[in-house]
Amino acid sequence: MSKVLIDGNSAIAEAAIRAGVEAYFGYPITPQTEVLEHFSRRMPEEGRVFLQAESEIASINMVYGAACAGARVMTSSSSPGISLMQEGISYIACSEVPAVVVNIMRGGPGLGNVQPSQADYFQAVKSAGHGDYHMIVLAPATVQEAIDHVVLAFDLADKYRTIVMVAADGAIGQMMEPAELPPMRPVRRASERADWALVGAVDREPNIITSLWLGAENLERINLGLQRKLREMEKNEVRYKEYETEDAELLLVAFGTVGRICRTVVREARALGMKVGLHRPVTLWPFPEERLAELASRVEGMLVVEMNAGQMVEDVRRSSRDRCPVHFHGRMGGVFPLPDEILPKLQALAAEVSAGGARATEANP
Amino acid sequence: MTQVPENMERIYVRPTGLTVKDTHYCPGCTHGTVHRLIGEVLDELGIRERTIGIAPVGCAVLAYYYFNVDIAEASHGRAPAMATGVKRVSPDKIVFTYQGDGDLAAIGTAEIIHAANRGERFTTVFVNNAIYGMTGGQMAPTTLPGQVTTSSPTGRDLRDAGFPMKMAELIGSLPGSAYVTRQAVLDPAGIRRTKKALTLAFRTQMEGVGFSMVEVLSTCPVNWHMQPLEALSWAKDKLVGYYPLGDTCMTDGVRALSTKGKG
Repeated sequence: MSKVLIDGNSAIAEAAIRAGVEAYFGYPITPQTEVLEHFSRRMPEEGRVFLQAESEIASINMVYGAACAGARVMTSSSSPGISLMQEGISYIACSEVPAVVVNIMRGGPGLGNVQPSQADYFQAVKSAGHGDYHMIVLAPATVQEAIDHVVLAFDLADKYRTIVMVAADGAIGQMMEPAELPPMRPVRRASERADWALVGAVDREPNIITSLWLGAENLERINLGLQRKLREMEKNEVRYKEYETEDAELLLVAFGTVGRICRTVVREARALGMKVGLHRPVTLWPFPEERLAELASRVEGMLVVEMNAGQMVEDVRRSSRDRCPVHFHGRMGGVFPLPDEILPKLQALAAEVSAGGARATEANP
Repeated sequence: MTQVPENMERIYVRPTGLTVKDTHYCPGCTHGTVHRLIGEVLDELGIRERTIGIAPVGCAVLAYYYFNVDIAEASHGRAPAMATGVKRVSPDKIVFTYQGDGDLAAIGTAEIIHAANRGERFTTVFVNNAIYGMTGGQMAPTTLPGQVTTSSPTGRDLRDAGFPMKMAELIGSLPGSAYVTRQAVLDPAGIRRTKKALTLAFRTQMEGVGFSMVEVLSTCPVNWHMQPLEALSWAKDKLVGYYPLGDTCMTDGVRALSTKGKG
């Protein structure tokens, strides 16, 4: 396959089509609207379902319905729209039907703005809706990775009968890059839908899909089942990428676009003679906790960089188990943390470490 | 099924459209009547095995135990969005939502209006008993002027709470609707007319004509604080007085079905 020059949003939609998505339901919101627009043109061409819903609330419940019917289905939105979907996401999680949600994150809180942001980390990783559950959360750093993550998201959703989110910041959605699209997979036929799906009760008891479990012990049993599944995901699905970590004394930790910016920082720091490496979590949930614990006992300090006020840093601190100091640098509202401001933070960390200084103090702009 | 003696004729069977379960509905509640009618219609139209139901939040939240079809439980008000999702990916199935007045006429107004307006090929059964039953008798969007509930203790004040929503008229006015009607299950004649309307609503979907909705005026003796018979006569007087029975939308396509069909 040859590469094409394509924007992240269109690439995400086209990747889903090639991964065999049968239906897309969505609502316009900047900076993800090109996802919806691409589907609106391509799905009718492929004879599949495209519907512009009346709201994100309707979108996610259409996804829920189509998922219950056994179809491969997705929606996409950006931060405020994802907030509206949270109830539906919780129902889908409890009902254990597979679905994919793409969040092209923008600045918040509130209406915020339409600039790229990573401020939905907590929402995606910790509180995707009410109740005890997690989604698998994939965080691409390039258009190519966004494509690959969408395909992977559908496979993981089916494998675990779970909801999978691709959480990309607005930069990934909006920028154009050369990338390779996957081959077209055959679309699942109606006769190939899962045995739990709502396809009509012929010669069997009805299939019931519900998230209502009356009785405390009953609902606890359902929760224990969900928790067992989450532990399986934690065992099997942790993904991360690393750069120059073999001999690193200082470690940058960043995801998505910021992870990419930090590669430049690693190169610049190494040019100055500093032994710096980069750890980039690819799955924000399950989080690469064990790997970070390992790295924390090897490196002298960590600097977490995010486009938010400090969200993933909490998980990095938890994972580091106090084995090394963990600093944080973040920008908000859609401001990119750039190499020339990250490098001094790294130098400050190096100075503190070499002075044998205090642990894990806050460093903020 | 038990054996019928040779000299006797079987005149009553439980429809296969319903499961063999005791319902949780309160004494005198008419949900059971509406369930029964749907079960009969699914049988008579021969569509049970290809029907997908969507249950609401509210008194009928456990409807998935009673309808003998593949069925999902929606979040509050979103059944029409779920039904849209099911029907769009399974256009050969028969899809229906079963919703109460809080579900359809308050929290879910956006979803029902847009589903109807898109002309989604599914059927909605809307049970209107003018009160939130499951949560214990609060004011509903359909609660009558002056009606006392636990959240309108001095009676619904129109200046404060606005007006009871006439959903059949509202949905019937949308160009995407094909068949919308209001019926009542308050006496045997009304029950027969309701069944006829349900049959036509499902046939509207089967023939791909468009969106269909049957509003059914119903009772809630417990939360109305009435005996079941008293509730029936109160509903006949007050509910039917405010919510006139009859069709609010019937396209030519549906009219053709209703004249030639078996409904």
